[in-house]
Amino acid sequence: MAEELSLLGMWASPFSCRVKIALKLKVVQYKYVEEDLFNKSPLLLKYNPIDKKVPVLVHNGNPLLESLVILEYIDETWQGYPIFPKDPYERAVARFWAKFIDDKLLPAIRRACWGEEKGREKAVEEATELLQLLEMELKEKRFFGGETIGLVDIVADTLSLWLTSFEEGSGVELMTREKFPKLSKWSHEFASTSAVKENLPPKDELTVFLKSLFGKPAK
Amino acid sequence: MADDEVILLDYWVSVFGMRVRIALAEKEIKYESREEDLLGNKSDLLLKMNPIYKKIPVLIHNGKPVCESLIIVQYIDEIWNDRSPLLPSDPYQRAQARFWADFVDKKVAPRGVLWGKGEEQEAAKNELLETFKILEGELGDKPYFGGETFGFVDISLVTFSCWFHAFEMFGKFSMKAEFPKITEWAKRCKQRESVAKSLQDPQKVDEFVVEYRKWLGVE
Repeated sequence: MAEELSLLGMWASPFSCRVKIALKLKVVQYKYVEEDLFNKSPLLLKYNPIDKKVPVLVHNGNPLLESLVILEYIDETWQGYPIFPKDPYERAVARFWAKFIDDKLLPAIRRACWGEEKGREKAVEEATELLQLLEMELKEKRFFGGETIGLVDIVADTLSLWLTSFEEGSGVELMTREKFPKLSKWSHEFASTSAVKENLPPKDELTVFLKSLFGKPAK
Repeated sequence: MADDEVILLDYWVSVFGMRVRIALAEKEIKYESREEDLLGNKSDLLLKMNPIYKKIPVLIHNGKPVCESLIIVQYIDEIWNDRSPLLPSDPYQRAQARFWADFVDKKVAPRGVLWGKGEEQEAAKNELLETFKILEGELGDKPYFGGETFGFVDISLVTFSCWFHAFEMFGKFSMKAEFPKITEWAKRCKQRESVAKSLQDPQKVDEFVVEYRKWLGVE
């Protein structure tokens, strides 16, 4: 069914990466279309006229937008590897943390690393507090999903490679091993998982790209 | 499910709390509602059940908390899955429903037109009008956002209908003139008992908005 499933994505986007990881876990073939976000294709504008963003998953001509929505769709459509927990309560908890990451944590990290010099200290404090919450949620588990990666791990993909690149590119240190031993270990294990490893963008190119996108380093 | 203990921590004028009330009513679930004093002191129970955000609504089901209104509504749908489905059964339709509910959360919920002033308010107003235009188009000639049946997207948006008059007052526009389909749709939804008994009186909402603006220091 390769010709009936396409993913419009962007190589540096952690959101596109989430979808790639999920499709890999489900062992689903698809066509990948790289979008130039500075010169968006007619296809992208057609499938996502609302905010013209990637990722967009197109299944049998039907577009799906928003990475969290796409992940749930993938889990419901293809059997095999379970991305979401089976139990409704566990599922609600997983959705909660996924939303926490997207709505609170990632914006705070962006502000801490790339925001104005003026508000830097406060932004770093806020991001650190939020990371602490996630560190506590991980507890003694190998992954947020337990023994294997699940929804929250996939949504937390930004905290692996991208956060390292953010830190290198901006000069702001956030997720140090001393402050976040569990998350640091998780990050390593997550990035080593085969479904993740083969879908991560190259680190050096990513750092250069993020620097150019977000601005000057702190130092 | 006769032995279920269901408690809802709520706040009378919260659009998010209303969503949960509608869902519980649609499913005919008996629950205990507890009003939180949000502008005064939050209860120990709220702080314990939602330590991350300390916000309502929180659904406490047999002692276990579920937070975030759309997550709660999905949880309710999944647990009490033997009656009145709130989400469609088809995965693609479900994805559409999740997308649009999330769209309402991102674009309608902030209500910047009510809380800002000057340029900020003007910008928020324009964004709100643009958002309603998109929603008006998405609704089209369907009776409900989900099609023939009242569902998830309707629940996510209808609670704002008791805030429409406040939008009109502060945004200086007419919902009926600009968005006739949404206006009709809101009336249609209010014919459902679950909606009628869950929505707040628009006049009380207007009074609340005026008071809250003073509390925020906008006036």
